[in-house]
Amino acid sequence: MKDVKELELLRLLAMDSRLSTQTLATLVGTSQEEVEQAVRELEQKHVILRYSTVIDWEKVATPRVTAVIEVKVIPQREVGFDAIAERIYRFPEVRSVFLMSGGNDLQVTVEGSDLQAISRFVSEKLATIENVHSTTTHFMLKKYKEAGVIFDDHEDDRRLVVAP
Amino acid sequence: MTIGARSHRLSPVVDAIPPSGIRRFFDLANQMENVISLGVGEPDFVTPWHIREASLYALERGFTTYTSNRGLPELCEAITAYLEDFELHYDPAEEVLVTVGGSEAIDLALRALVCPGDEVLIPGPTYVSYRPCALLAGATVVDVPTYPEDNFRLTAEALEACVTSASKVLVLCYPNNPTGAIMTSDDLAAIAEVAIAHDLFVISDEIYAELTYGSQHASIAALPGMKERTIVVSGLSKAFAMTGWRIGYAAGPEDVISAMLKVHQYTSLCAPSMGQMAALEALTHGKEEKDRMVASYDRRRRLIVDGFNQMGLTCHSPQGAFYAFPDIRNTGMSSQDFCEALLRETQVAVVPGDVFGATGEGFIRCSYATSVQQIEAALERIAKFVDRLW
Repeated sequence: MKDVKELELLRLLAMDSRLSTQTLATLVGTSQEEVEQAVRELEQKHVILRYSTVIDWEKVATPRVTAVIEVKVIPQREVGFDAIAERIYRFPEVRSVFLMSGGNDLQVTVEGSDLQAISRFVSEKLATIENVHSTTTHFMLKKYKEAGVIFDDHEDDRRLVVAP
Repeated sequence: MTIGARSHRLSPVVDAIPPSGIRRFFDLANQMENVISLGVGEPDFVTPWHIREASLYALERGFTTYTSNRGLPELCEAITAYLEDFELHYDPAEEVLVTVGGSEAIDLALRALVCPGDEVLIPGPTYVSYRPCALLAGATVVDVPTYPEDNFRLTAEALEACVTSASKVLVLCYPNNPTGAIMTSDDLAAIAEVAIAHDLFVISDEIYAELTYGSQHASIAALPGMKERTIVVSGLSKAFAMTGWRIGYAAGPEDVISAMLKVHQYTSLCAPSMGQMAALEALTHGKEEKDRMVASYDRRRRLIVDGFNQMGLTCHSPQGAFYAFPDIRNTGMSSQDFCEALLRETQVAVVPGDVFGATGEGFIRCSYATSVQQIEAALERIAKFVDRLW
């Protein structure tokens, strides 16, 4: 599959991974077999990592608390930030880890059932890792937009049913 | 004192204009629930945020007054700069006019050019406004047929056959609503030859110019000898998803634009100022969002064309706009009957082709400016409906 079509395929899947291979094939202008093969290859190459769903957890009665934690670390010889990042991202409560430019080094997103759970994680697990210099924890208050999706978007289709 | 029949109050010219064929379908569809509409002639995108935000900023700064009749000078300049991409060269100070949507520009152009006794040539099927505007301007309308076998392109022969000594104006709409037909530069050259030979003036509605797939839009005004006899009409509605803002424009020779400006200043004064500020943002910074929207129409175009062909309704791949125009003649039904039954039985709204002109009979206009999910659901319902007919 041509690179342009492959990119288009990925963009479409990133927006809606439930589109059928038949529909995807038509949308990018290729055959179903070609889409199936491309997707298989992209999965094998770990370009496509997972098919997930964007959920507004606030609408279901599961208490969840999210915190963004800025972490300053002392990079280690030879492995730089990677080894410390790995020690952090292996924890299941950690949802994302980014190496950032600016005043802090790592930005870590953590999810827990309540404030205490996150506090415990930070004080007992994160802050105690060797070479973690300092942490600043920000609790998330409200989610407006995630993964390009606006929560509670009020821009419905306001067009007339039939128009010239 | 007796009061005469209501119609006696009305101007006979207005009274003679039949009600819109689209209006009837709108009323019908509007009463029903769970309608999936492929009948909408406008983008399904909300205006890109950066454009809306620019307009909010303009309001905050107090851009709420009249602008000059012609339009904001910066906008006129942005329009001429933008038209350069289509090989069109105009002077922003004299050859451009900002209007209340492309619709006003069409009306102004016809009023500036024709009077009773003149004939306006309108190739059809086409957008529904040209005929009433020509009639309101006092002209006689001559229908020029375009045919499915030519993919609804206008041919020089068909045009030539309709030209008389009274012919004055030719109205072109390519990319075409409802057929999705485009005219290549070569196609247009043949038309230009006829226009020059018979001294016709051309009003070229190029509102869908940005929505072409696999080729760049060609304007008849860019051909040799045509700029001085063409008014290019366009607007922001389709390319930038700005239908409700009502910002269009006309570009053409100074004398005609000045005449249009004269009518415009007495009837509209100016286009809305906050809309003009939004248009300025769209034309100067809107390319990325516009390209994203066009790419999205292109994907959905393939989806809808495939769907119709698979269910046995021949559908040529439209090269422009956002309409598919499938052929329903093999169902044995008229366009009107087909659309009405489809709507009543399956709650899918499409527009019968004949409302756009006689040669649109046997076709239906289906807009693919709607979500992939809605298009797929509509296609499924239409396929079941068509299956029952055979």
